Amino acid sequence: MMTSDVRHLSGAEVDRHVEDAAAYVHIPFCSAVCPYCDFAVVAGADDRIGRYVDAVLAEIAMSPRWRPLDSVYFGGGTPSHVDPAHLRRILDALASHHGLANGSEVTVEANPEDFGPQRASELFSAGFNRVSFGAQSFDDAVLARLGRRHDAGDIEVSLANARSAGFQNASMDLIFGTPVERNESWMATLRRAVALEPDHISCYALTVEPGTPLHRDVKAGAPAPDPDTQADRYEMAERILGEAGLGRYEVSNWSRPGRECRYNLTVWAQGEYEAYGNGAHRFVDGVRSHNIRRMDAYIDRIEQGVRPISGSELVRGWDGEIDRLFVGLRRSAGVRPGPGVDALLGTRGGGVLRHAGVIDVLEGRLVVTRPLLTDEVHRQVLDLSPPQGWVEALERDNLSD
Amino acid sequence: MTNQARIRNFSIIAHIDHGKSTLADRLLELTGAVDARDMREQVLDTMDLERERGITIKAQTVRLTHRAEDGEEFVLNLIDTPGHVDFSYEVSRSLAACEGALLLVDAAQGVQAQTLANAYLAVEAGLEVIPVINKIDLIAADPDRVATEITNVIGGSAEEVVRISAKTGEGVDALLRRVVDLIPPPSGDPQSPLRALVFDSYYDAYRGVVCYVRVVDGRLRSGFKLEFMATGETHDAAEVGVLTPAAKPVNVLEAGEVGYLITGVKEIDRIKVGDTLTDAASPALQALAGYAEPKPMVFSGLFPTDGDDFERLREALEKLRLNDGSLMWEPETSRALGFGFRVGFLGLLHMEIVRERLEREYDLDLVATAPSVAYRVTMTDGSIREIKSPQDLPDPGSRGDISEPYVRAMILTPSDYVGPIMELVTAKRGEMGNMSYLSPERVELDYRIPLSEIVFDFFDLLKSRTKGYASLDYEPDEYRTADLVKVDILLNGQPVDAFSAIVHRDKANDYGTKMTGRLRGLIPRQMFDVPIQAAIGGRVISRETVKAKRKDVIAKCYGGDVTRKKKLLTKQKEGKKRMKMVGSVEVPQEAFVAALRVDDDL
Ligand SMILES: Nc1nc2c(ncn2[C@@H]2O[C@H](COP(=O)(O)OP(=O)(O)OP(=O)(O)O)[C@@H](O)[C@H]2O)c(=O)[nH]1
Ligand code: SF4
Ligand SMILES: [Mg+2]
Repeated sequence: MMTSDVRHLSGAEVDRHVEDAAAYVHIPFCSAVCPYCDFAVVAGADDRIGRYVDAVLAEIAMSPRWRPLDSVYFGGGTPSHVDPAHLRRILDALASHHGLANGSEVTVEANPEDFGPQRASELFSAGFNRVSFGAQSFDDAVLARLGRRHDAGDIEVSLANARSAGFQNASMDLIFGTPVERNESWMATLRRAVALEPDHISCYALTVEPGTPLHRDVKAGAPAPDPDTQADRYEMAERILGEAGLGRYEVSNWSRPGRECRYNLTVWAQGEYEAYGNGAHRFVDGVRSHNIRRMDAYIDRIEQGVRPISGSELVRGWDGEIDRLFVGLRRSAGVRPGPGVDALLGTRGGGVLRHAGVIDVLEGRLVVTRPLLTDEVHRQVLDLSPPQGWVEALERDNLSD
Repeated sequence: MTNQARIRNFSIIAHIDHGKSTLADRLLELTGAVDARDMREQVLDTMDLERERGITIKAQTVRLTHRAEDGEEFVLNLIDTPGHVDFSYEVSRSLAACEGALLLVDAAQGVQAQTLANAYLAVEAGLEVIPVINKIDLIAADPDRVATEITNVIGGSAEEVVRISAKTGEGVDALLRRVVDLIPPPSGDPQSPLRALVFDSYYDAYRGVVCYVRVVDGRLRSGFKLEFMATGETHDAAEVGVLTPAAKPVNVLEAGEVGYLITGVKEIDRIKVGDTLTDAASPALQALAGYAEPKPMVFSGLFPTDGDDFERLREALEKLRLNDGSLMWEPETSRALGFGFRVGFLGLLHMEIVRERLEREYDLDLVATAPSVAYRVTMTDGSIREIKSPQDLPDPGSRGDISEPYVRAMILTPSDYVGPIMELVTAKRGEMGNMSYLSPERVELDYRIPLSEIVFDFFDLLKSRTKGYASLDYEPDEYRTADLVKVDILLNGQPVDAFSAIVHRDKANDYGTKMTGRLRGLIPRQMFDVPIQAAIGGRVISRETVKAKRKDVIAKCYGGDVTRKKKLLTKQKEGKKRMKMVGSVEVPQEAFVAALRVDDDL
């Protein structure tokens, strides 16, 4: 796997974000549901936006006060689909409940068709300083197959609008490997994307998620994305983006130096993040938990005055160490040494991974050197058992807590 | 207490699917043995596997009470037998407990290979054979033609052949009369010391070993101290009874009767099917003839998927042997599959059934390796070794000739298909023998063919070349020297013992190409290219490659949803645990079974 010349973040720089406090806010509303999407979204429910926002505000008020936030991420759904005044109320509530740290990163996801000059300015003045566009492709045939409601021209206009409104930090998501896409059209997409000089680009391979209309089509015989083609396209992205000065710092994420998404860096450094909204996931105090996925059920629960948590996973001791590798190994900088790393390198499976060039130890850190095979590493990591003596050590820790 | 003159012991024998179990249904109904509400089709086929496949695997015995027209009561002990060639051992065992046999022939299909084979077994055993044409209700039925075929085989006159429909019940009454009139009653001596034949057994979790017995002389009374003449063991008769078909305890089984015996013995290796029971207080001088040990035809390695189940597999085999006397095994070690057993089977269906029974009845998860016949190898020092597993074949330096088992195959076919059959047999290295006409349209062909050629796909090929009309029976014949070689399969440069096979040199290339091609389709892409080679000695004869996979990553770790991703990958990981690691290559279990698959491509 080739790597770009762009400077990667050092291990120390990425690990530092374990200290961050972050928050995620889910805005589930979309104008229509794209056939490949399996997020917690609703379309045609705009009449409930007000009630939903009230519920999110109530959830913030219910959550324990915390420290000032280093990053905030409004994802969806399509946050840009709702009136920026609503988003502003939520952001203000977060700022007064937890505080916003100096220089914090505040991201809003946006779809190109929603991003006129006025909306851009309103969002900027509401306090957002980073915008992430669901651009997906510059090939209109691909956009149509993906059920998107914008065309390539809209992407260019919306990015210009973002810049004029004052956004200094702009990102776009691209999807590759849609069966109607060809190598040339993907190359053209990459070239047009970098020509707009975004600070950050995410490239995701189209995935057929169970339960989506795309999944039904594929089962009925529609062409499925081909993994080898997707590997080719990934390598094209690696090359074109690298040449344009965008370095890959995670499996699917590239940025100009210093423009890495701080919110994501926090998640991958095993830092803590609060979360609000239906289906939102948080990691606080060694517990990963998530909210009720269905929006109506979420609102009902909040209106009954109960926190809407629907599941949790304790991530401590050995599980915590496994979790650290699990999230951290998606980063190009990999993870620092530790008992989990020793355990992995000590297993037969770890040996096979290393022998096959999938993992390596570079500058003392464990790194996935073939990012397209990350799941092979992850399955192995999830299978690790603690070294002898680990249990006793953990019990001692607990006693001294 | 039953007077021997009122007892009739008989088996129903036939080619597969000619309606034995259905006739048993009618006999059970007619004699009121089963309540109408408990009745279902082939009621004696009790095993799940039998019901799923619609075939009889185990012989089943049942005692019926029949009131004749003159008011006299008769006890009928009926044994329903399987028709498939792999289970002919079950037929021989059953015949030894009877004085007569109903030879059923399908009115449309006519005489088939197992009709002949089973008829000969019954005649050799000295039984009264009553020929019966079944399925006369079929539109395609041609009972006159079939009657001629039958009389050509076993003699007699066509008019005497009973015609019935086991489905509608037509003619079954008359058949019952024939049974009473023609089958001789047992002729054992009630006054002599007890001699009873153990003709079957099974293991019951609560009651231990249950034996099925046929009392020949004397009487078997509950409470007796019994001696098993072959093993020398003595046990009390804790319970004796009859199967109606529900088990019903009785005080005594008289000479000529058939029933069951429970001694309370739990150690399965202490009871042997074929043994003779006698009274320990006044033992008989001479045991009954017993059974010839059946000879396994094919051998395959059975390995537990989970290495910890090795002991459980051994116990399961021991318990199953009680119910299937043809099972034999020895421990085997495979580098690829760990510890297991090399098990001998009577044929491929038998092998499949045993594996399924082990998995279902004993909750095991097994991998079976490609079946092999037993070869004889002459060593350079003149000694002779029997090789049941290709991995045991000594290297060429230390051995001389290899010889392989042949069978004598009998094929019955409409005369139109003689040409295609001869071609097939030649391709399978067979040697033509006699050809005789059963009727102007039906021919019996006699061949000598290597067992290894017949045992795997021959039957399917025969059926497809004759539109299903030909049938086949075979029995072991002599060993013959042949130009045989061992083909090894290498994954990533390492030989995988479980894939090795001994084949004729002329077929080695075909075998190699077929196996490497199949494996390429079965082995999932790994993190590196996996070469698959077939080789004889050091010489590679064919090669395929499973290209390295390039992408295996979930694109997005969305919005901090780490938990869901972990769950998904944990599930995938569990799936992978069902694979065997061969060196650093993950091989799915199906790959080991691949060589078993019926060939349409050879
Ligand atoms: N039409 C018709 N079908 C019959 C008759 N007797 C049996 N069959 C059918 O033939 C098929 C085979 O019947 P079985 O009684 O299972 O045959 P079998 O001889 O016991 O078979 P194996 O035990 O496997 O050798 C079933 O589908 C029966 O319903 C009959 O008299 N007429
Ligand atoms: S716009 Fe985004 S969140 Fe909404 S349905 Fe489409 S892919 Fe899903
Ligand atoms: Mg049957």
